[in-house]
Amino acid sequence: MEWETVIGLEVHTQLLTKSKLFSGASTEFGALPNSQACLVDLAYPGVLPVMNREAARMAVKFGLAVSATVAPHSVFARKNYFYPDLPKGYQISQYELPVVAKGHLDIELEDGTVKRIGITRAHLEEDAGKSLHEGFGNQTAVDLNRAGTPLLEIVSEPDMRSAKEAVTYLKKLHSLVTYLEICDGNMQEGSFRCDANVSVRRKGEAKFGTRAELKNINSFRFVEKAINYEVARQIELIEGGGKVVQETRLYDSDKDETRSMRAKEEANDYRYFPDPDLLPLDISPELIAEVKATLPELPDAKKQRFMSEYGIPAYDAGLLTAGRDLADFYEAVVKESKVEGKLAANWVMGDFSAALNKDDKSIAASPVSATLLAGMLKRIHDNTISGKIAKEVFEAMWAGEGDADAIIDKKGLKQITDTGAIEKVIDEVMAANPGQLAEYRSGKDKLFAFFVGQVMKATKGKGNPAQVNELLLKKLKN
Amino acid sequence: MLHTKSVAEMARDLKARKVSSEELTRAFLERIQRFNPRLNAFITVLKEQALQEARSADLEIAAGRGGPLTGVPMVHKDIFCTQGVKTSCGSKMLDNFVAPYDATVVERMKRAGMILLGKANMDEFAMGSSNETSFYGPVKNPWDETRVPGGSSGGSAALVAARLAPAATATDTGGSIRQPAALTGTTGIKPTYGRVSRYGIVAFASSLDQAGIITYTAEDAAMILRVMAGYDERDSTSVDCPVPDYVAELGRSMQGLRIGVPKEFFDKGLDPKVAEAVRAAIKVYEKLGAVVKDVSLPNFMLSVPTYYVVAPAECSSNLARFDGVRYGYRCKDPVDLTDLYMRSRGEGFGAEVKRRIMTGTYVLSAGYYDAYYLKAQKTRSLIRQDFIEAFKSVDLILGPTTPTPAFKLGEKTDDPVTMYLNDIYANGVNLAGLPGISIPAGFVDGLPVGLQLIGNYFDESRLLAASHQYQKETDWHTRLPKGYEA
Repeated sequence: MEWETVIGLEVHTQLLTKSKLFSGASTEFGALPNSQACLVDLAYPGVLPVMNREAARMAVKFGLAVSATVAPHSVFARKNYFYPDLPKGYQISQYELPVVAKGHLDIELEDGTVKRIGITRAHLEEDAGKSLHEGFGNQTAVDLNRAGTPLLEIVSEPDMRSAKEAVTYLKKLHSLVTYLEICDGNMQEGSFRCDANVSVRRKGEAKFGTRAELKNINSFRFVEKAINYEVARQIELIEGGGKVVQETRLYDSDKDETRSMRAKEEANDYRYFPDPDLLPLDISPELIAEVKATLPELPDAKKQRFMSEYGIPAYDAGLLTAGRDLADFYEAVVKESKVEGKLAANWVMGDFSAALNKDDKSIAASPVSATLLAGMLKRIHDNTISGKIAKEVFEAMWAGEGDADAIIDKKGLKQITDTGAIEKVIDEVMAANPGQLAEYRSGKDKLFAFFVGQVMKATKGKGNPAQVNELLLKKLKN
Repeated sequence: MLHTKSVAEMARDLKARKVSSEELTRAFLERIQRFNPRLNAFITVLKEQALQEARSADLEIAAGRGGPLTGVPMVHKDIFCTQGVKTSCGSKMLDNFVAPYDATVVERMKRAGMILLGKANMDEFAMGSSNETSFYGPVKNPWDETRVPGGSSGGSAALVAARLAPAATATDTGGSIRQPAALTGTTGIKPTYGRVSRYGIVAFASSLDQAGIITYTAEDAAMILRVMAGYDERDSTSVDCPVPDYVAELGRSMQGLRIGVPKEFFDKGLDPKVAEAVRAAIKVYEKLGAVVKDVSLPNFMLSVPTYYVVAPAECSSNLARFDGVRYGYRCKDPVDLTDLYMRSRGEGFGAEVKRRIMTGTYVLSAGYYDAYYLKAQKTRSLIRQDFIEAFKSVDLILGPTTPTPAFKLGEKTDDPVTMYLNDIYANGVNLAGLPGISIPAGFVDGLPVGLQLIGNYFDESRLLAASHQYQKETDWHTRLPKGYEA
């Protein structure tokens, strides 16, 4: 039996506004519990919500970036349910008329083909607070700092057919919202959260199977694992004669499994209705034009431009433009060093990224700035140092020992490019290894590498590799 | 006889230093002490605080810094949040609640130098037409203490009628200012929806709630409304449109004023004696030069059923915050979360509030939303459209405020629908968002009768002027209930 997987994602992105969606309280992460909850967030009697216009701008930004329709008139609705971390007893969200509808995002599959994923809608809503069940005996503590934080919930069409596609879409979306600077994308802190609707059907069948909604998947890796687990579970269930029930399932990353949280019958009747405390959100053509004018270059466009402007392969361009920080860094390095794009790409994707990973540092916190790296690339380009020596220079820069020129100078790493000097070393190496020389000359070409090694060793790695090769070839032949 | 003076007269006397705010405040506090046990119109009396405020008002006046209302005593309905003062909303749920902030209206009246004597009794969460749903017991009507003062602003109306204060704030979601004003012979204005900020008013039905004022005279209402009204950035539904000088416009001529009388108001539900009083009032306007003609509000009969879908729907959601978690009543020793919710709400809310929460939850639930809530939105727009149509040919609409004068305590408590019908002429005005006023227009068997004037959007000026002109021709508003004269 061949099965097809059908996946749709609902992504909650926390918008980077300074204050909450309907109150003036700060949205900063990590403050003391309940220190960032004002009377509006605490739902005191008589308080009223006031819309944060900045959040609306961000929603418009997103809508434009996914070629969606931005509604000139959208409506806030109340989603009613009781929970201690939901102070009003309802969440202000958008229901029938969301601010953004009918967009799409193109993703590149492993085989290089491009697939279009539909974005059904994106709507503004406020976040709830946090219930803390551990550390308070048999009681639950409530932290309302997060209550009222603006979220943009982005709902995709059920267009994805594998966990890999889902992750590719999610990564693309992540890159987009960080490019747009509407979300910091921090999955650990919950600023970018994903729920997945997963179902399976027999290949060729037109109707969707019954879906399960997976919650609590807070990393790209877990998204893939959770979906794969769930797909296997559903297939096994059906093949064993069972039926998938519509339910919400929680992903447990420790056990790598999904567990039933609540069935559809137990689901709340949210009694949505338009919030009478808020006017409809009106977005004027002027605002849309204004936001459009400030829209940054988006990942796809940047990738194309990097390929044509810097002559780098699609793979490199894709990697370099996945994050706006990295793309900006790369571009700064190329511009300052004026070296060929590929050389800069190799270093940014290679040693630089590896060092960041190793030390768990962000680009902003990197000890090697774009200027420092560009300075070193210039020295590679003008043959002052070889690529191999450059690794040593890079490590020294990372350790904070100064710029490339200072390090080259201090450590005497300047490449030997004087033909006479190199020839002298070659002569000495040849004289010291008469046996190998004879073998080479009798046809054992492989020994060429041995001579290169000997010469480089004698020059402490500073011999210009191209020159060493060229001169060795000439001399060994004679 | 300080207590028989109007706000306008008190303000003049204060300015002329004929009387001090402290004297006035003391006089009213004494009356409250004397008469309130009979009326039960107050939930909280702020004796020391009021006297202190009065003394600083006197200093302001002496320094020549006072405004037109500085030093004039007043009362807030207990639905307005008052910083540091218990704000119960007439409910056990908020019996222990001390508001940590001032409502915009409270802030504005404080800034105007008015003296807060206390907080008025009211129907629980403003749900009621007789003040019998209050956790603090019913308020009595000073004209007949076996009768209700109306509701939900029954405390505000009764205490102004008995001259325990010259003015009291009130709120009107479906008649809660106008109906008690009618039943107690006072003047009560409900402004256009959006005219006065709702910030700090414990919400009942957000799309209908509007704050106003109950006074002896329309002139007093004009003075105070000028202070209360105006845009507030903390209330998204408040409207940013200039507040006219209502007092300056009180003298507007009635010559040629077009008054519409909806024929639907004079149906069999209306007490013929009340109808007679209203017809007499029409004569007064005609004498003043107004042109009176019939208008029709064809969907008028839909207003009560529409109201009792819209208001409960909104209240079911607005009152969800009273869950025993952060403030207010919490049941003893809850065993788990569900128990905490069920018992805190079950024990904290009274029967009428629960009835409306249940009705509202029902009309919003899956499968019923379209049949009730959505349909009510449609009939609401028909009702609004009727008024808009009528205002194409008239400047004001005139009719009775209530079908009957004050009814007996306990008379309608077992029959909610009969109770609801007491607001039959009031509900539609809220659904349309229009301004309305009730002014005293005579007596039936010794009980006051209210005349309702309905204005076009933001036309409070004309409403107040028409009321003022009427009050210059009549003296109903100057009458005091027996036993409360001195």
